[in-house]
Amino acid sequence: MAENGHIPRSFQEIILRLQAYWAEQGCAMLQPYDMEVGAGTFHPATTLRSLGTNPWTAAYVQPSRRPTDGRYGDSPNRWQHYYQYQVIIKPSPPDLQALYLGSLSAIGIDMDLHDIRFVEDDWESPTLGAWGLGWEVWCDGMEVSQFTYFQQVGGHDCHPVSGELTYGLERLAMYVLGFDDGNEMPFNAPDAPIPLTYGDVFREAEAQYARWNFDVADTDMLLQHFLDAEAECARILDAPEIDPKTGRRIVMALPAYDQCIKASHVFNLLDARGVISVTERQAYIGRVRALAKKCADAFVQTPAGGWAA
Amino acid sequence: MPDLLIELFSEEIPARMQSRAADDLRTRVTDGLVEAGLTYAGAAAFSTPRRLTLTVQGLLAASPTTTEERKGPRTDAPEKAIEGFLRGAGVSRDALEVRDEKKGQVYFAKITKQGRPADVIVAEVLEGVIRNFPWPKSMRWGSGSLRWVRPLHSILCILTDDAGEASIVEMDVDGIKAGNSTEGHRFMAPGAFTISSFDQYQSTLKARHVILDAAERAEAIWQDATNQAFAAGLEVVEDRGLLAEVAGLVEWPVVLMGEIGAEYLDLPPEVLQTSMREHQKFFSVKNPKTGRIERFITVANRETADHGATILAGNQKVLSARLADAKFFWENDLRVAETGGQKWLDALGDVTFHNKLGSQAERINRIAALAREVAPAVGVDPDLAEQAARWAKADLSSEMVYEFPELQGLMGRYYAKRAGMPAEVAAAAEEHYSPLGPSDDVPTAPVSVAVALADKLDLLTGFWAIDEKPTGSKDPFALRRAALGVIRLVVENGVPIPLSEAGRTVLMVWLDWTPSYPNNLLNSEINQLQNKLKETDAQEALFKDRLSFFHDRLKVYLKDQGIRHDVIDACVAMPGNDDLALLVKRAQALSDFLKTEDGENLLQGFKRANNILTQAEEKDGVEYSYGADIKFAEMDEERALFAALDAQGPIITEALASEDFAAAMSAMAALRAPIDAFFEAVQVNTDNSVVRRNRLNLLSRIRKTCLDAADLARIEG
Repeated sequence: MAENGHIPRSFQEIILRLQAYWAEQGCAMLQPYDMEVGAGTFHPATTLRSLGTNPWTAAYVQPSRRPTDGRYGDSPNRWQHYYQYQVIIKPSPPDLQALYLGSLSAIGIDMDLHDIRFVEDDWESPTLGAWGLGWEVWCDGMEVSQFTYFQQVGGHDCHPVSGELTYGLERLAMYVLGFDDGNEMPFNAPDAPIPLTYGDVFREAEAQYARWNFDVADTDMLLQHFLDAEAECARILDAPEIDPKTGRRIVMALPAYDQCIKASHVFNLLDARGVISVTERQAYIGRVRALAKKCADAFVQTPAGGWAA
Repeated sequence: MPDLLIELFSEEIPARMQSRAADDLRTRVTDGLVEAGLTYAGAAAFSTPRRLTLTVQGLLAASPTTTEERKGPRTDAPEKAIEGFLRGAGVSRDALEVRDEKKGQVYFAKITKQGRPADVIVAEVLEGVIRNFPWPKSMRWGSGSLRWVRPLHSILCILTDDAGEASIVEMDVDGIKAGNSTEGHRFMAPGAFTISSFDQYQSTLKARHVILDAAERAEAIWQDATNQAFAAGLEVVEDRGLLAEVAGLVEWPVVLMGEIGAEYLDLPPEVLQTSMREHQKFFSVKNPKTGRIERFITVANRETADHGATILAGNQKVLSARLADAKFFWENDLRVAETGGQKWLDALGDVTFHNKLGSQAERINRIAALAREVAPAVGVDPDLAEQAARWAKADLSSEMVYEFPELQGLMGRYYAKRAGMPAEVAAAAEEHYSPLGPSDDVPTAPVSVAVALADKLDLLTGFWAIDEKPTGSKDPFALRRAALGVIRLVVENGVPIPLSEAGRTVLMVWLDWTPSYPNNLLNSEINQLQNKLKETDAQEALFKDRLSFFHDRLKVYLKDQGIRHDVIDACVAMPGNDDLALLVKRAQALSDFLKTEDGENLLQGFKRANNILTQAEEKDGVEYSYGADIKFAEMDEERALFAALDAQGPIITEALASEDFAAAMSAMAALRAPIDAFFEAVQVNTDNSVVRRNRLNLLSRIRKTCLDAADLARIEG
């Protein structure tokens, strides 16, 4: 067990304990997806793997970007780049709540002193065409995780159902470590030879990205990127299933989904630049959702998605 | 007679669904039991975040065996008919009985339904209820196909006999076998325990830190909260909705009171309250002397060794972060307000109101134009009305309203004050949304009334123009509510504006609008709508249709005030029916009048006169409308009626002209006796054609006098 009997001392220790805990529960410990995403759910290990009938279990940290949340590194609890910890298990095990509570103990939350509550919060991602039922988990009135049973992804009913846990790592760590300003919390051990705070690592980056996100990013170029990603996604999925070179059946759901992720992030950037009106907003979200849906349709045509020849 | 206990134990049920679910469990199970022949003495249902519980006392141990006699075909009926009867009755031919009837020998079957033991029926009913439970939203989990609000973990289902012996009702729903055990509080008393009766269930749960009854939890929370506040010289701001919700979030409520950081105490109380309630589900605690909100109350789900110190500190920290956000929004907004708020007004140009009606800024232009126009009727300066209209939606661009949409209007008021605007403008920002329903307060401040009317008339005219009217149960833009709002504003403030064309200005401004969307298809669609409405006929049709919508809503409104629909019809049929204030005055007076004996009799007199006249007019092919002359009167009663009409006629006319309907009705009441006497003594259709014509023309005076007041022909009875 990762539980060390003491409260973690750094941001990374919380991540390490979560990793150790979920590894012990048998999850495949994946690494972050190598693209810009808005949330851990976008990782194909969650979105796509929740489709089809194959069992699946994975846990990973996912750096996530929400350009509109940028505060130039000045906010104690908001960053345009932040971390989510994501756990996905399909089919959802009957003791998922207990497993989840075990993970809180593992990062030093004493169940005898704190008030843990499961408060209704149904999850919906309009861009992914996905929804599920579950809760936000409160610890002493603070939301520390999102707990969801996926019902639909990319317009497909989930069967079996995946259980998804998402921890907002900064907020959780601030609470566990006892810091009001996230930038001041230790990133590595405070007594390490070179101790670093979260702010040491990210504050300057936040300022740079905030400036670029809000004022400098070339909107014409981004609009073109959106169109390119949209077109490429469609082109990939329109390709014949049989690869003429190898003669094998290769449905390219994953490369197509990369384009969907790209389009989604470009949309977020355009949104932060303030060039998308409220009316257009819905239309853009609808276009990304259409891509996600097509990718989901393709994924269930692949072996990982449960397709059998 | 046994008692039945059912508990459906699941992961956390959303608070807002619990009480309804407990009711549904009770009615569906008991209905099912009764239908299967199991009657019972009493039943009660309970809910906690993790369980729905039903107890049924005094259940029959088995459904009674019943026999039913069924009459069949005659013995000489075709074989097919007899076979059909046997199939339907489920008996064999030798079990049939033959009896002599009038028409010959007839078969009779005796059908016996064996009674069944309670456990079999309970299992059947409960499984059906679980599988078809009416959750507002349900889900699947794992690999199963059962749907429940959240994963269902166990079913407790036992029958306890008179000796106190409990037996498990055998059943299995998607692999979940019913048993006789449950669990207590998730954290304070983990682990399963067995149950043998409802009393033992409820008391053991309490020992294991679960209060089964939501009402008891709510009561405990409220008691403890008010006590703690009282001890500090403060009081809890009552919030029943929140209390019910919080009672649904805990099995073992522990009330904790905490401080709000001094730096946040100067935020508007509504902001504090909204932020605490919406985000944290905290109660607000105010100082009764100053009205200021100074503390909060949170309800935890457990006791701890440190008496909640850690929990309270955590909650306080979260609240500080939330309020820091609110303060940040408030201060940013005040800076914008201090510069006059132009930034917000500009931003409204980018906010689409409805794609065919343009942006919020375009809507404001329409409202402002209309507010100017309405201003004289409510007695305000058009410039002030326009200023208020232009400010009314400014706060929609503010950060606070973006975060808390329910604070719209209220923030507009605060920010208007900060911007140094007149108090009337600030009040209108908040009040122009009202009334929001039949029981909401109606604004009375003239500027607020002007903007509120303009706001709603813009909605009604605009959506009529683009043909998005309510149909059936669909009213996505709440136009019925808007129409009721107009009605209440006009009627309750006595605003003399005719509604037939009120809002024409809105239409004109909209017709002048040139949409410039990137989507050309949309532009041309709007242009087409506009071109159509440039025709006078189309405009007339629009306003006529909208007026009848107002009249329909008015009927609903007046019906709620006890005025009959035919009374309203009688008044709607009168000229000037687009002046609702006038219409309602007339309807009120008529309704009151018809409730009096004079009114009821005058109505009968009118009807009699009208019938005789109508028949004579049809028969003779002429209209009797003029020329009754007293010199042709033969009888005293006839002459008395002439005199009464001569005396009351001018009084009625004058009263109607000055819109004093009550006076008109009381003058009409004076006609009742002469009319009654006239019909008593006088025969209208006499052989003397001159006298007959004169009498018919006299009846016509009655008709005309009555119809000037209201179309009494439409009154039923």
